[in-house]
Amino acid sequence: MELFGIHIPSYGWQTVLGSAISGVFLGSIYALVALGLTLIYGVLHIINFAHGALLMLAMYAVFYLWNSLGIDPYVAMLIVVPGGFLFGYVLQRSVISKASHGRDEIILLVTLGIAIVIENAALFFFSATERSVRVPYDLDGFDLGVTFVVYPELAALGGSLLITLALWLFMSRTDTGKAIRAVAKERQGARLVGINVDHIFAVSFGIGTACVAAAASLLVPTYAVHPQIGYLFVLIAFTVVVLGGMGSFVGALVGGFLIGITEQLGRLYMGESLGVITISVIFILVLLFRPTGLFGQRSG
Amino acid sequence: MSDRARLMGWLILIAVLAIAPLFITSGRWIGFLEMTLFIAVLGQGWNILGGYGGQYSFGHAVFFGTGAYIQALLQFKFGWSPWITLWFAVSGAALVGAFVGYLSFRYGLKGSYFALITLAFAEAFHVLSRSFPSITEGGRGVQLALNQDPVQAISTFQFNFAGPFLKAYGFYYTIFAILLLTYWVTWWMERSRFGAQLVAIRENEDAAEALGINTFRVKMGAICLSAAVTASAGVYYVQKYLFIEPGIAYGPTKSVEALFAAIIGGVGTVLGPLLGSFFIHGVGEIAKEIIGPVFGDRPGVDLILFGLILIFVLAFVPRGLAGLLEALWKRKVGGRNA
Repeated sequence: MELFGIHIPSYGWQTVLGSAISGVFLGSIYALVALGLTLIYGVLHIINFAHGALLMLAMYAVFYLWNSLGIDPYVAMLIVVPGGFLFGYVLQRSVISKASHGRDEIILLVTLGIAIVIENAALFFFSATERSVRVPYDLDGFDLGVTFVVYPELAALGGSLLITLALWLFMSRTDTGKAIRAVAKERQGARLVGINVDHIFAVSFGIGTACVAAAASLLVPTYAVHPQIGYLFVLIAFTVVVLGGMGSFVGALVGGFLIGITEQLGRLYMGESLGVITISVIFILVLLFRPTGLFGQRSG
Repeated sequence: MSDRARLMGWLILIAVLAIAPLFITSGRWIGFLEMTLFIAVLGQGWNILGGYGGQYSFGHAVFFGTGAYIQALLQFKFGWSPWITLWFAVSGAALVGAFVGYLSFRYGLKGSYFALITLAFAEAFHVLSRSFPSITEGGRGVQLALNQDPVQAISTFQFNFAGPFLKAYGFYYTIFAILLLTYWVTWWMERSRFGAQLVAIRENEDAAEALGINTFRVKMGAICLSAAVTASAGVYYVQKYLFIEPGIAYGPTKSVEALFAAIIGGVGTVLGPLLGSFFIHGVGEIAKEIIGPVFGDRPGVDLILFGLILIFVLAFVPRGLAGLLEALWKRKVGGRNA
């Protein structure tokens, strides 16, 4: 079939289903990266451009823990998640809130500046070489008939579901979670009832960074680390967050799956190169026609 | 600062930029000046929309890349003269500006959302330029034929084999001319009714609308002008390097450099992008001199510094270097005139 001069091949249902299933696994990785981003947006109303750079940094941490201390990437989570929380907390409290004077566009620029500093520091210290962790079980898995699934992909899928659940429980059951929601809804009111807003902001940023650190642990067995990997993911993560609705965890999860499946089908039908344009197109269309996304609340 | 003092300052600056290269014999420093003026033009392109209009674009590479690709492809495919293609390059980019602007402004995207959609457009063009080799030569990029005939140096807009003067200074004076033209346009815009309306939109869009300003039309004008100025830097780039590929054209680097020069130099001022470009590239060169002997020629040093300077400027110098200069001038002269 021809469409606009592009050859569209036709495939049997097995190929399409196989592609869609691998899209679900890919989507779970996107959802993992997007969860922290959507939390930070939901509370601070800031678009954290440094999110991808923080992911990359955490991936390097996981790589070096494995490479020099022999710590398994999944075990490394016990170190990088608290580390990510601390890093994010300090970053928000000491740099972002100080430099941005509370204006949205300035915050966006500050996080862009941070992203560029981190990305190029990685380039300077670690060089552009791709580094990958080869865990002994990285090619083990099982055959679904239409596609082959390796255990690290399954771990990423499980991880994304668990982290979504954990975030939801945290936000609805704990005092800190309730304080975060209060700050997200009504900043002044929260301050008046005695919530330390600056502290809650930094905690939210810290949790968002901890999420991205967890994502890094789950990603490292299947993705090679290099300084630009954050930029590649940050665009997709923005798309997922906007599609799912900024601030919605379930939205990030569903958005991740949708984007993953669309990308894989796009690659199947439009080729490796042009296929990824589906992501930008979805991004543009959602921004134009439904900026609140699928699960976002309509607000000012 | 009085208008006369300001005019004098400009004339001195232009005179210095016009004759400075003649005293420089090192090719490296000519290259440094060319690079600085090139980024200053990119920065002014960003400044027209972002600085005066308050519409922060994160994907200005879409205009740079479109200008560069049109300039390269029309020569490469049809053998057109670069002096003809440049008009198509600049107006083609303005059309892309109209397209992006129409969609974004018609659907009311502002602030961070506008930044995101421009980024998405740059990325979409990036993928498109990579994916249609029959039109754009794909990921390999477009390589223009090198002209080795000194007689045709002007007609081919290539100075690599020209006479000694053009060979050494041809591209410097090209980017200098583009800089003068685009800065004059910006200066004119700043004083025009259109410029005043644009600034009103930046300060308070609802109020501007209530005063009867057609905000959609003004923003459309700004994005087209901004795109055209940015594309002129793309034209220069293609003639200088005779090469363009998707990553250079539409990758994030050009968007980021344009934004850095404008914000560090001072948004919404004519001089800002030039000051910003000089400052960051000066600092970058010094850093390379210092760090080079210790760590060797590693990439990333200059951009680490640019990022830190950006954060510092946003935190402590909100009006940028141009604002700082103005404040210093006032303190010096204010005492006498008050």
